[in-house]
Amino acid sequence: MRLSNLQRFWLSFVLALPLLIQMLLMPFHWMMPGYNWVALVTTTLIMLISARAYWTSAWAAFRHHRANMNTLVAIGTAVAYFYSVFAMVTGREVYFESAAFVTVFVMLGDALEERMHNNATNALEKLANLQVKTAAVLRDGKFVEVPLSAVQVGDIIQVKPGQKLPVDGVITSGKGSIDESMVTGESMPVEKHVGDEVIGATLNQAASFTFRVTKVGEDTMLAQIVEMVKHAQTSHAPIQKLTDRIAGIFVPIVLIISILTFVAWYALIGTSAVSAMLFAVAVVVIACPCALGLATPTALMVGTARAAKMGVLIKDGEALEEVSQVKTIIFDKTGTITSGKPKVTDIVGDPAEVLPLAVSLEEQSEHPLARAITEYASEKQVAPLAVTDFAVVEGKGVRAVVDGQTAFVGNSKMMVAEELAPKLAAEIKRLQKEAKTVTIVGRGKQVIGAIAIQDTPKPGAKEAIAALKKQGLKTVMLTGDNQDVARAIAAQVGIDEVIANVLPNEKADRVAAFQQAGKVAFVGDGINDAPALTLADVGIAMGSGTDIAIASGNIVLVQNDLAGVVRALSISQKTFNRIKLNLFWALIYNVVGIPIAAGLFAGLGIMLSPELAGLAMAFSSVSVVGSSLLLNKSKIAGEPAVVEG
Amino acid sequence: MQGLTIIIAIILIGFIIWWFFGKHEEAAGQSAITNDQQEATIVVNGGYSPKTVVLKKGIPAKVTFDMRDKTACLSHVVFDELGLDKDLTKQATTTVEIPTDKAKEFNFACGMNMFHGKVIVK
Repeated sequence: MRLSNLQRFWLSFVLALPLLIQMLLMPFHWMMPGYNWVALVTTTLIMLISARAYWTSAWAAFRHHRANMNTLVAIGTAVAYFYSVFAMVTGREVYFESAAFVTVFVMLGDALEERMHNNATNALEKLANLQVKTAAVLRDGKFVEVPLSAVQVGDIIQVKPGQKLPVDGVITSGKGSIDESMVTGESMPVEKHVGDEVIGATLNQAASFTFRVTKVGEDTMLAQIVEMVKHAQTSHAPIQKLTDRIAGIFVPIVLIISILTFVAWYALIGTSAVSAMLFAVAVVVIACPCALGLATPTALMVGTARAAKMGVLIKDGEALEEVSQVKTIIFDKTGTITSGKPKVTDIVGDPAEVLPLAVSLEEQSEHPLARAITEYASEKQVAPLAVTDFAVVEGKGVRAVVDGQTAFVGNSKMMVAEELAPKLAAEIKRLQKEAKTVTIVGRGKQVIGAIAIQDTPKPGAKEAIAALKKQGLKTVMLTGDNQDVARAIAAQVGIDEVIANVLPNEKADRVAAFQQAGKVAFVGDGINDAPALTLADVGIAMGSGTDIAIASGNIVLVQNDLAGVVRALSISQKTFNRIKLNLFWALIYNVVGIPIAAGLFAGLGIMLSPELAGLAMAFSSVSVVGSSLLLNKSKIAGEPAVVEG
Repeated sequence: MQGLTIIIAIILIGFIIWWFFGKHEEAAGQSAITNDQQEATIVVNGGYSPKTVVLKKGIPAKVTFDMRDKTACLSHVVFDELGLDKDLTKQATTTVEIPTDKAKEFNFACGMNMFHGKVIVK
């Protein structure tokens, strides 16, 4: 039968109870009848149930010229136990309780550690379990429930209110109000219409729709998130190399210290061999480097899982470490700071006249700016009028007949022959100064107004930049646009420095230039951002971006939102700081613990018996794991639940 | 008596230094190839033996961890490049598939990164 660590702990604990009772009643001069025999039997059982595993493991390691923390536990318990057996035979004082309690506490540490480790891993399993097991797929004109494994790319799936989406796809009919918080961290439901992408494992709250499957199995967003988090959790942070190095030489050195402790007390100071032995055993027991080994992996596990829940995917421990040293954060403009879609910002003249005319003409056009106008019009519920004789004036705009009158929409070249009221001219100039693209709208020979269009900053961009600046980071924006456009956007969101007219292949060079002054993080989304994302110390890829950008980033933001950058930096820093704190305490604990156990402060009355050393060791491991789990509770800047300012 | 203790202590310390810090070579394990499939076994007991396993490039490979250690220390094996974290205590042996399409080294370690081993594909 195989016992779990927890079962072994409880068995050992119950067996150790008589020894505990005797120890507590000792000051009252009460002796348990036949104590030595009771202690021999219970301790032997504890050794067989619990300590033996450490002995065999330590012996196997020893034969391979290796020593590890099991070696320390094994030597500590074996010395105390076999000495006590020898003492009993030769009629001396026994120390069975030392062997028994050390074992019990080590088991307690192991069992608690196993529990907490499982808790930390559970977060990932929960993520993977978000997926539903069946889907309503269109087969022969009817929707039938099929298991998830039978769903293929191209299938049409029906989703009703309150149902979870089984896989990723694009809506083909109907609409939905979808809660995507489990994948993106976005707390508000998102309205989705025909043509919009939907993500598997998200929840449709209202209305129903059908969608065409685009990704199944390992390709789905959820599967990729789980895979990425798994990688992050098993990765190593460079700071961990310290523990790697320590682990190799630590245990033999502790053994040497322990021998020196014995010699110092017995041969030099002249205490009895028994008390010298107890000091030596205490050294061996307290030195177990468990806490040191747990410090990094547990924090990494909790931190990356929490980040994933907020829509921040951290690829490895190295990224965490780099983030804490970042001095400059560089943003790509289009698609990162701005939405990448030009929008109507101002209308000059009477909107009731200008807009219907503009949309009537632009509806026929395929120009990207025309799309901004038609979208704006449909938002304002302005319907286009009937047009005839539509014509494109190359490089200038479009012309057509509306309501029996010639109308035109186009750039400033369009109005050479037309008349322009001075007031309108001034307005247009002002808008152009703001780096907006101005479209002139006219009827007959008269310019009746203008529409200003600009690629606008994403909502929340200003707040995110402010939060980053508050953390002492220098913010920089790179763009291929001209200086005026770049300046205008930078002023709107509050970016420190602007570098305009950057060719796509120059982005990486610019990042390298900033690296002279310190670590750089780069935020981007496009294919042309990939070199910069790779070169930067921390590459942060927006999740809406191209696959290649996502592959190049160290951190991926699931949401297309700059607040994610703030969250990413915050959770990375918190996690890395936690690792440092854990390592610090684990080291301090050994640095302070070993001299105390060796009896260096015995003159001051500060001493550690082997049992207390065992308790302290178990406590240190548990406190490190507990400290890592506390990461789940720490406050993260830019978290969706917390609305700031 | 005191003198004897000191002498024994010095001998013990010398032994510890020689035994743990001296050079002790260990042979790398080779995989057994059967029917276009190669397999290697690593015994987990107080560490990994062998510590290094060599696999042939291009042949699908499995590495089996034979868990003989009952302590918590070695309960997990982690391949960080592969994103694998396996609990070895749930079953007697645990098999890990290693991609052999490229010549590469895969480091593995216990959950606390204190015991290390390597799988070399060449």
